[in-house]
Amino acid sequence: MNKFGRNIVAYLDDRFQLQGLFDFAKKKKVPEHSYSFWYYFGGICLFLTGIQIMTGILLLLYYTPSIDGAHESIQFIMSQVKFGWLIRSVHSWTANILVGVIFVHMFSTYFLKAYRRPRELTWITGFLLLVIFLAFGFSGYLLPWNELSYFATRVGTDIAGSLPLIGKWLKTLILGGSSVSQATLSRFFWFHVAILPMAAFFIIGTHVLLVQILGMSKPIGINEAKVKEISFFPDFLFKDALGWTLILVLIGVLCVFLPWEVGKKADPFAATPLGIKPEWYFTFMFTTLKLLPSHIIFIEGEKLAILAFMAGGLFWMLVPYLDRRAAQEKRSPVFTLIGVAVFLYIVVMTILTYTVRGL
Amino acid sequence: MRNEMMMKKWLLPLAMSCLLCFPGLGFGQKNSCLDCHSKLEAELRAPADAFKQDIHQQFGLGCVDCHGGNPAQDSEDLAKDKSFKGSPKRAQVPEFCASCHSNGATMRRFNPNLRVDQLSQYWTSRHGQLLKKGDTKVAVCTDCHGQHGIQSAKYPKSMTFPWNIPQTCGRCHAGAETMKDYKIPTNQLDEYKQSVHANALFDKKDLSAPTCNDCHGNHGAFPPEVKSVASVCRQCHPSTGDLFSKSPHKKAFDDMGISECEACHGNHKILRPSNDMLGTGEKSGCIQCHESGSKGYQAAADLGRIFEALQKQMRQNEDILALAEKKGVDVSQPKFHLQDVNTILVSAKNLTHGLAVEDIREKAAEGEKILVDIRQAGDKALQEAKFRRTGLVIATAFLALFGLALFLKIRDMTRSGSRP
Repeated sequence: MNKFGRNIVAYLDDRFQLQGLFDFAKKKKVPEHSYSFWYYFGGICLFLTGIQIMTGILLLLYYTPSIDGAHESIQFIMSQVKFGWLIRSVHSWTANILVGVIFVHMFSTYFLKAYRRPRELTWITGFLLLVIFLAFGFSGYLLPWNELSYFATRVGTDIAGSLPLIGKWLKTLILGGSSVSQATLSRFFWFHVAILPMAAFFIIGTHVLLVQILGMSKPIGINEAKVKEISFFPDFLFKDALGWTLILVLIGVLCVFLPWEVGKKADPFAATPLGIKPEWYFTFMFTTLKLLPSHIIFIEGEKLAILAFMAGGLFWMLVPYLDRRAAQEKRSPVFTLIGVAVFLYIVVMTILTYTVRGL
Repeated sequence: MRNEMMMKKWLLPLAMSCLLCFPGLGFGQKNSCLDCHSKLEAELRAPADAFKQDIHQQFGLGCVDCHGGNPAQDSEDLAKDKSFKGSPKRAQVPEFCASCHSNGATMRRFNPNLRVDQLSQYWTSRHGQLLKKGDTKVAVCTDCHGQHGIQSAKYPKSMTFPWNIPQTCGRCHAGAETMKDYKIPTNQLDEYKQSVHANALFDKKDLSAPTCNDCHGNHGAFPPEVKSVASVCRQCHPSTGDLFSKSPHKKAFDDMGISECEACHGNHKILRPSNDMLGTGEKSGCIQCHESGSKGYQAAADLGRIFEALQKQMRQNEDILALAEKKGVDVSQPKFHLQDVNTILVSAKNLTHGLAVEDIREKAAEGEKILVDIRQAGDKALQEAKFRRTGLVIATAFLALFGLALFLKIRDMTRSGSRP
């Protein structure tokens, strides 16, 4: 570092007491073993979140959150704004890739049992981030106000409305009325650009802080002799950056060859088009609801499924406290089997949605 | 407990007494006609079944209002008392229905908007004229409206709802046996189904598209004569009619005694006008009268060329925009302008009825001007697609270089086993 650089660092150090942070960074080590490939998905999630924030801010320059102007503003962004097509396509494609990578990150963490003590809170904040990013996807999907997003939102909120006891209240709260309208668009926009980013900011902060404090988890029963340690800065970061570069190329190719479509403007008076589906990451739940019989014993099939999903989500979040064997650094094949079953269920249901006619 | 039993014991007789005392309540009214006919078979049961859907029933009218008799009686003999009219003969049907429908005071009670001149119109119709002469095979009210299942013309299943009318008329007019004595063709329905009007009515569900009664009339149905065909078409195509009236064709057609629109467009099988109708090709309508070398022949050739050129350019632009769209560039704006050109094309084609070649050329030039802009937008979109792909290649090359450098650095670090 030259003299000018050293002076700037010294200036900042005097004011922010950065030396402690530098010392921490210098000392920070990351274990390297045959499973360490899966560590990089956390960094990719963070990188993609950064892209979303930047492109989202740029889209705000031209997006109009009104039912008379939303679709038109997206059309304007895609056709008239310089590089608008790129910004919007990057935002839409990255949103989908991000959710996919979050799922990969979550399952790899689960199967490596990285949630075990003392990383329970890292797992819980991670689970909350999954919920937040799914909410980002759901709220963002409606914003272009096109036919597909309009009817998918209607179907999605109808499902929320069938919840026992709070369903009707919840649906009205989400929609801002009894149907998808301007009030819905306004609150989805508010949720997408204000509430969710704020919540994500704090939870990502906590999640990353916990990762930094507790370090990376090593798989249970791994041969310690085969585990090397590499420094976080810059060794691990270089490898992370290589992954980011590859993802960036993938996003670029997708945006150029398959720019995200604008679609037909939503017409609330039109009949629901055939085969309307939510975003791919909700389809496993959507298809389950469609496949279930109308009544199971005395309970409505749909309500039972929603309650089962909620119970499943709660179980998934509390896994660190339920998997007692992993907490004692012992292998826990039952939880591995549960994870495999959940993974296969999600994959099979998602594939069925797109391959079976009428689903 | 005892009180409860007492209440139950008296409740049914009390309710029955109420119904008997207040027959006007409606639900207590007796209709022995329906009661008996519902138990009969086939054609004697059909009126009872069909009447459930009948518009008259919805207005509170019953069998007695048309057929007379006493529906309160259970015995057939007593029910068919002096007031019983029975079924009217075919020749009497128009007067039978008109006893209410031509009576303004009666109709005001049920539907004040309904016209009351159907009967007088009917007597002017071909059907009515023949009926007066004693031909009872002609259509009377029930042939088009049904008998006991009569529904409002606003109801899509009604025989008189726009998209059912061709079939209703066709029941007689498409039947060779039925029409044998009248010596009129029976291909109208088949021809109509191929027409641009049928396409609008059946395929586009455009209820304003003309069907049989819009040209021939309904209650006063009469085949339009040569002189009246043009007026019939002008109901929907007034500007075309005005242009034609001012054109040299008007006098020529009148002198030759040929109908205006029908001469080129046909009658029931009116197809979507194509460029082939103009120019000097085989299918051209112009060369039926204009001989080669004549002024009219030359004008026809000019018109053909103008439209062919405009449509060729439109097709080229459509192809360019489709290609750009396929390459992922948004071309919604120029596509929208292409619709403007189509509007101009339709308008220019309409001008052909006035035969003002210069006006048509001017109109076509207006379209060509927009097409130039669309072509530029299309070319720009294709350039944009190229730019995007080039940009991707350059960005990928930079990222690949950066990735390669990182990879080499990581490999170097892994080999040395320590930080650089």
